[in-house]
Amino acid sequence: MANSVAEMPARQTSFRSERTAWQKLKASPNWLGFWYMMPAMGILILFLAYPLGLGVWLSFTDTKIGRAGVFIGLENYIWLWEDRVFWTSVFNTLLYTTVASAAKFVIGLYLALLLNKHLPFKAMIRALVLIPFIVPTVLSAIAFWWIYDAQFSIISWSLRQLGWIDHNINFLGDVWNARWSTIFANVWRGVPFIAITLLAGLQTVSPSLYEAATLDGATPWQRFRHITYPLLTPIIAVVMTFSVLFTFTDFQLIWALTRGGPVNATHLMATLSYQRAIIAGQLGEGAAISTAMIPFLLAAIGIAWYGLQTRKWQQGGSNE
Amino acid sequence: MASVQIADVRKAYGATQVIHGVDIDIDDGEFVILVGPSGCGKSTLLRMIAGLENISGGEIRIGPRVVNDVPPKERDIAMVFQNYALYPHMTVADNMAFSMKLRKAPKAEIDERVGKAAGILGLDKLLDRYPRQLSGGQRQRVAMGRAIVRDPQVFLFDEPLSNLDAKLRVQMRTEIKELHQRLKTTTVYVTHDQIEAMTMADKIVVMHDGIVEQMGAPLELYDRPANLFVAAFIGSPSMNLLKGTITAGGFETEGGVVWPIGSHPADSNGKAAVFGIRPEHIQLNPNGLKAEVVVVEPMGSETQVVARCGGQTLTCVFRERITAKPGETISITPDTNVTHLFDAGTGKRIVT
Repeated sequence: MANSVAEMPARQTSFRSERTAWQKLKASPNWLGFWYMMPAMGILILFLAYPLGLGVWLSFTDTKIGRAGVFIGLENYIWLWEDRVFWTSVFNTLLYTTVASAAKFVIGLYLALLLNKHLPFKAMIRALVLIPFIVPTVLSAIAFWWIYDAQFSIISWSLRQLGWIDHNINFLGDVWNARWSTIFANVWRGVPFIAITLLAGLQTVSPSLYEAATLDGATPWQRFRHITYPLLTPIIAVVMTFSVLFTFTDFQLIWALTRGGPVNATHLMATLSYQRAIIAGQLGEGAAISTAMIPFLLAAIGIAWYGLQTRKWQQGGSNE
Repeated sequence: MASVQIADVRKAYGATQVIHGVDIDIDDGEFVILVGPSGCGKSTLLRMIAGLENISGGEIRIGPRVVNDVPPKERDIAMVFQNYALYPHMTVADNMAFSMKLRKAPKAEIDERVGKAAGILGLDKLLDRYPRQLSGGQRQRVAMGRAIVRDPQVFLFDEPLSNLDAKLRVQMRTEIKELHQRLKTTTVYVTHDQIEAMTMADKIVVMHDGIVEQMGAPLELYDRPANLFVAAFIGSPSMNLLKGTITAGGFETEGGVVWPIGSHPADSNGKAAVFGIRPEHIQLNPNGLKAEVVVVEPMGSETQVVARCGGQTLTCVFRERITAKPGETISITPDTNVTHLFDAGTGKRIVT
């Protein structure tokens, strides 16, 4: 027995060396996983990594549409640093993201809690809530465009009929009105996603936990504060990360409603980038604006990641 | 500690009535087990005591107080749930302290009570763990700890052992009983397992289809089941029930076999009835009735035999070891001191 064990490695090596390197690669179980990964990796590289890399590269060049550029280092960024319009767009984007995300979270959570109760026609109401989400963004933007129209706005008309105002509200023509109007449209569109996702999260909380808390003497608010909210945090972290990312990079709604106007008051970084790169043809400068979004997005992901990491109670099993 | 009185309590969901007037008196410090098949209303009744379900009719008193309209947290009860309902995001210590933290008890008192409960249940070393890091038995103990910490008037248990494996269940059964003997808190315990009921209870309440079939001490239910339902429900393996007629010479089954029975009312001769005999009360007797062995199940301490006698299948449990093989014939006789007779129509026990 001892003999054969001692001899084993030697014999195996001699056997292995008879195969070519390619034969080994083809049959090795470790490499097999790699082969299966290849198609997905190919797609990701072609459609994600390559465009991203190209965008970053373009931001360091003075490429224009129809003219290959040369490397100019940080020149685009230096220009942007001194560009008041760029800083307005950064401010707009942060305002838009913060206010809209916060409003979407509060309203979404409220709706989710409401829909989790025993309501008549529950299934139908849940389906209704999803409508803003399934309407194509551009369609809903056009609807809002009419709602906010300077002459034919239904809101202005209604308020006038009620006698509360005596002239139409200039929804999209005034700086702050335009900001709030676009934020409202974004909230209307984004709430269903958050409400339905949080509702799914709420339904994973065992009803007996609420019963136990009730017997422990918790008021409805305390049940929310000590049971619902902590158990929902992992889902909140995920859904709010997505929400922040989508809001931060929003383009369609703004472009259809205001094209960044009035006087750049609603220009987000995404719309400004499009305007500079595609419409004005300054690909390098537009790419620099897009690239400038990356640190913000990484920060948002980092916060969400941190939020998910600290939930020790979820990681069962380990007995440290 | 307090007594609990349940008087003519009813429960209806819309037009469907699920509990049809139940009366149970639970003495101070008593361990009462509600037992019955699933859907009999035992859990609903427990939840009504807890205040998790409304009371549609009748009255529930805890101590001197009618609690029909008292919110759960003011009823001074603690409940252990079937799935334990531990808060997954809180440590063992926080789980147990939650109720006291809600009513803003001083930290020293919380620590003292949690420490004491943990000591009783052997949870001292687990206080910093999260429920996910615990085994089924440990979670069960935490759930009980959460109840003990509150030092309530009444403990309520809703099938607390049904998620545990068989061995652990036996162990926890003993622990719960021991705990009750130590704390002497009035306890209402719901289970579908009649062995749990028999081994732990001071008083068993057998429920079926929303009514109380019988109430009494475990051995009383075993010795004198009030009706066919209780007779079949209590005891394992369950009682043999044979249909037939009472005659002067004994009990004649439908298969024509005459079983010797104990004393019975003289006016019952000729009456259609059900004869009940527990498997452990059938003995081997060379002069007894002939029965054909179908299956022999040796368990070591006893031997369970399924036999056929007069076309009816019987289960017998013998203390002695049986050498008979399937197909062979054995002679059996009932212990006539412990036979039971039930009215074939009403199912009620025929009092002898």
